[in-house]
Amino acid sequence: MRLFRFFCEFAIHITVLGLLSVSAPASEQRAATPVVQGDPARGQRLYQSRCMGCHSLDSNRVGPMHRGVIGREAGDVAGYAYSRALRNSSVVWNDDTLDLWLQDPEGLIEGQRMNFRVKKPQDRSDIISYLKQESQG
Amino acid sequence: MSDIVDTPNTLIEPSRRFFVTGLGKSVLSASAVALLVGCESMAKTAARTTAADPAADAGILNVALGLEHEAINAYQLGAESGLLQKGVLPVAVLFQSHHKEHRDAIVATIRKLGGAPVEPKMIGDYAKDLQADRLKNQTDVLMLAARLEQGAANAYLGVIPAFGDPDLAQVSGRLAADETMHWTVLANALGQPVPQMALSFGA
Repeated sequence: MRLFRFFCEFAIHITVLGLLSVSAPASEQRAATPVVQGDPARGQRLYQSRCMGCHSLDSNRVGPMHRGVIGREAGDVAGYAYSRALRNSSVVWNDDTLDLWLQDPEGLIEGQRMNFRVKKPQDRSDIISYLKQESQG
Repeated sequence: MSDIVDTPNTLIEPSRRFFVTGLGKSVLSASAVALLVGCESMAKTAARTTAADPAADAGILNVALGLEHEAINAYQLGAESGLLQKGVLPVAVLFQSHHKEHRDAIVATIRKLGGAPVEPKMIGDYAKDLQADRLKNQTDVLMLAARLEQGAANAYLGVIPAFGDPDLAQVSGRLAADETMHWTVLANALGQPVPQMALSFGA
């Protein structure tokens, strides 16, 4: 009986440790993670395949135009009908906020309408790098 | 639409699972586990991404509807451009008809979820936004269509995790499949190479 109890407690410890070890990376992923160097050339290809369904650099389409997005306040492109959440947001777009936005838009600004997520940190970094390059132009 | 939908007019019949306890229990369970292991943000995400929220789902569908409006008008611009050859025009019109079916089903579903479907812009606005004045030949038209179809496929794939109703998430996958089919035909017509890597969409 004592041996049985030991195994039960051991199993519970292993389960809890397992859950903790799974949860740690998940919580880390919630933070902005532009730890990888962005490649604007790859970012351009990603932008064309992932973002241009809804966005353009110079036209408001399903989503707002992107040129000049770096340093711009969220919900601030003239002529685009933003959600109330974006209009009322005080977020300013930079590496960190864009990384969070692409990772989980609703996590950054609740009530937004984009919902599209880019899961891989390298992909996000490359897209942000491309947007920075185009914003400078 | 009858071949892909459960009811004649909508993408899904909004499920009673929104309102009954079965899903609620699983949501609580996922959130509770996250809270138990001390990860509040994960718990919030679990609740947000799995809890049924018809208004949020209607919002996602409204963005999809915007994409469908744009696709319909892009094909209209291409068809009216006089740039498409005799054998290509019927394919463009067929693809446009697919997007119209998507539109009608999405509109019905948004209404059923209690939302207000977004209205299309004027075709002149789409022409301006898509820089239709730069279309000089059939290749230009097909490249624009291929770009929009690829983008739409990726958009539908990219929002799948955001749906509260798993039935709508599945529909998003099916819409993505339609757009991918369009892209494949267009890319082939343009002589573009088949993607060398697997999993080239979404992610």
